[in-house]
Amino acid sequence: MEKGSSSSATGSMQPTPSRPPPGSAGPLAWARKNLFSSPLNVALTVLGVWIIWTSVSAIYDWAIVRAVFTGSDGSACAKDGSGACWAFIAAKLDQFTYGRYPEAERWRANLTMALGALGLAGLMIPGVPRKGWVAVFTLFVFPIIAYFLLTGGSFGLKAVETELWGGLMVTLVVAVVGIVASFPIAVLLALGRRSQLPIVRYASVGFIEFVRGVPLITMLFMASVMLPLFLPDGVTFDKLLRALIGVALFEGAYLAEVIRGGLQAIPRGQYEAADALGLSYPKKMGLVVMPQALKLVIPGIVNSFIALFKDTSLVLIIGIFDLLGIVQQAVSSDARWFSPSTPLTAYVFAGFVFWIFCFGMSRYALWMERRLGNGQQR
Amino acid sequence: MIRMLKAMLAAVLVTGLAAAPAMAADSTLKKVKDLGKLSCGVNTGIAGFSAPDDKGNWSGLDVDVCKAVAAAVFKDASQVKYVPLTAKERFTALQSGEIDLLSRNTTWTMSRDTSAGLTFTGITYFDGQGFMVNKELGVKSAKELSEASICVQTGTTTELNVADYFRQNGMNYKPVVFEKLPETIAAYNAGRCDVFTSDASQLYSVRLTLGKPDDHIVLPEVISKEPLGPAVRQGDPQWANIVRWVFFALVNAEELGITSKNLDEMTKSENPEIRRLLGQEGDYGVGIGLENDWAYQAIKAVGNYGEMFSRNVGAESRLKISRGQNALWRDGGLQYAPPIR
Repeated sequence: MEKGSSSSATGSMQPTPSRPPPGSAGPLAWARKNLFSSPLNVALTVLGVWIIWTSVSAIYDWAIVRAVFTGSDGSACAKDGSGACWAFIAAKLDQFTYGRYPEAERWRANLTMALGALGLAGLMIPGVPRKGWVAVFTLFVFPIIAYFLLTGGSFGLKAVETELWGGLMVTLVVAVVGIVASFPIAVLLALGRRSQLPIVRYASVGFIEFVRGVPLITMLFMASVMLPLFLPDGVTFDKLLRALIGVALFEGAYLAEVIRGGLQAIPRGQYEAADALGLSYPKKMGLVVMPQALKLVIPGIVNSFIALFKDTSLVLIIGIFDLLGIVQQAVSSDARWFSPSTPLTAYVFAGFVFWIFCFGMSRYALWMERRLGNGQQR
Repeated sequence: MIRMLKAMLAAVLVTGLAAAPAMAADSTLKKVKDLGKLSCGVNTGIAGFSAPDDKGNWSGLDVDVCKAVAAAVFKDASQVKYVPLTAKERFTALQSGEIDLLSRNTTWTMSRDTSAGLTFTGITYFDGQGFMVNKELGVKSAKELSEASICVQTGTTTELNVADYFRQNGMNYKPVVFEKLPETIAAYNAGRCDVFTSDASQLYSVRLTLGKPDDHIVLPEVISKEPLGPAVRQGDPQWANIVRWVFFALVNAEELGITSKNLDEMTKSENPEIRRLLGQEGDYGVGIGLENDWAYQAIKAVGNYGEMFSRNVGAESRLKISRGQNALWRDGGLQYAPPIR
């Protein structure tokens, strides 16, 4: 449809560009130039508009016009020709958010989420004062608070077993723990792989290659099915914790390779300069090499994090209900809500929620990259 | 650094181990009583058998078995910790002691009963492969399905069962095969075949997702055996007895006309069978390590088997599964419980 980039030629031919000739500027001219410049383009434009129109109107029709917004069970949505069953989402929204977390205790999940969002915002928005303290709070204090708030059992809070957790809450817990815990692991592994000490190097290589050679789903299976068999009789430990460890180790190994890519891109001169200044190894890495290396690999890191965020749905294979898991459970098991349109509506909803988070992450990373990369723009 | 990792892992393991009480040698009943909760493995979600409602409370036929056992042990049906399990995890969870009762639509087969370390304690639901057809066909029995086209998933026992059944009855059919269940359902819904076949319990839930549920009927024939029931770890006969007899008590209650509503009147009954069941006579409860009102508590919590069935999968639910093979033996079904004597 578009004619290419040979634009703005007509206007600039005149020596004194006082006004463009009539019909060569404005939206109409743009349309004529880009959309209707030849019979083929006219045909393509019409075709394109028709495709957009039919699909958008069909979606609009399904999601809004014919949609069912209220109702107490599936029979409301099972009527002939009804569209999306939003009533189902409305009835299950709490469950999709918190899983089976006791209703009276949900403020704890909310508080945790609010604290996390606050800390994250403090870290992400430049210009927030005392960034160091914000970082200490978000990375070290917050996880401890979150742990005690969510699991309870102390400080007069009722204990909530992780079997009751679910929905978006579990998705966020798995993703955030995966991201936060995997990052230090990855940095250590990446440095270990480039270490001069053979034992450290081989151990890192061995770990990375082993974990990367195994699908995440296998790790989760191992953690949930095999591990209990190796433990003594009657000894169990939390399924979610098992999954979290699996996810963190897995993501750590992947991320380590991304970071190693960044390390390799740092010119030798940087290392030598740091050595020449007499910096110790931790200082050399922490002050000179890592900041440059990490900046280089931001796209790769974010890519891994987005992939991890979506991979969290794999935990449903071991009976933990993340957002997708709980949506699937509600769709496939609550006979009260069975109707032809329920599954589609629910999956569209789940997809949309995932998209919001992933898109948000990617936009933030893009912005961050631009901000950090000011000096390197070409 | 690896050492650090290992130390971290070890620390996690040790805290985990310390948190779990040591209870390897004790009997399951003692363990359950000490813990104050029955740890019950259920399906991650299957309509009518184990499904969380809008509020997140578990309900269903399999869930009611957990509740009944908890009520018999604790006099309180809410003392259950539900552990949703996938098909692959279920046996490990039982063997490792993560759960004490597996009530997760598990088919009772010889290999599972003898070599998988399980003891099945009864059949709570007689499932089996059935057929669903459009009412317009006017078919009333599977015997009339000669020359019909059948939508079926390829590579499953379902496919083989259909082939066997039609050969045994000297009928022909046209298979329309698909890889995945959703495709199969969609094809049937679009009218690409006359018949959809799957396990009967599933047919009823599939029916509700079709364009017009009321246009379809499930034929009465069941052509395969899928006896579903609860299972416990092998090697603890006392616990197996408890689970077995709690279920038998529910079936006996239906046979004797005891419901959750008339339960208290029934305790005054003169009928010796009722008196024995409800603990008015004899020490049957004490005999299995519980108190004599064990059956009373179980029935109070979930009702008799008929009530349980009707509420979760039968007439009172949206699934509307007919009793069929799950009717009492005297009504032409297969549910039969030995007497309490």
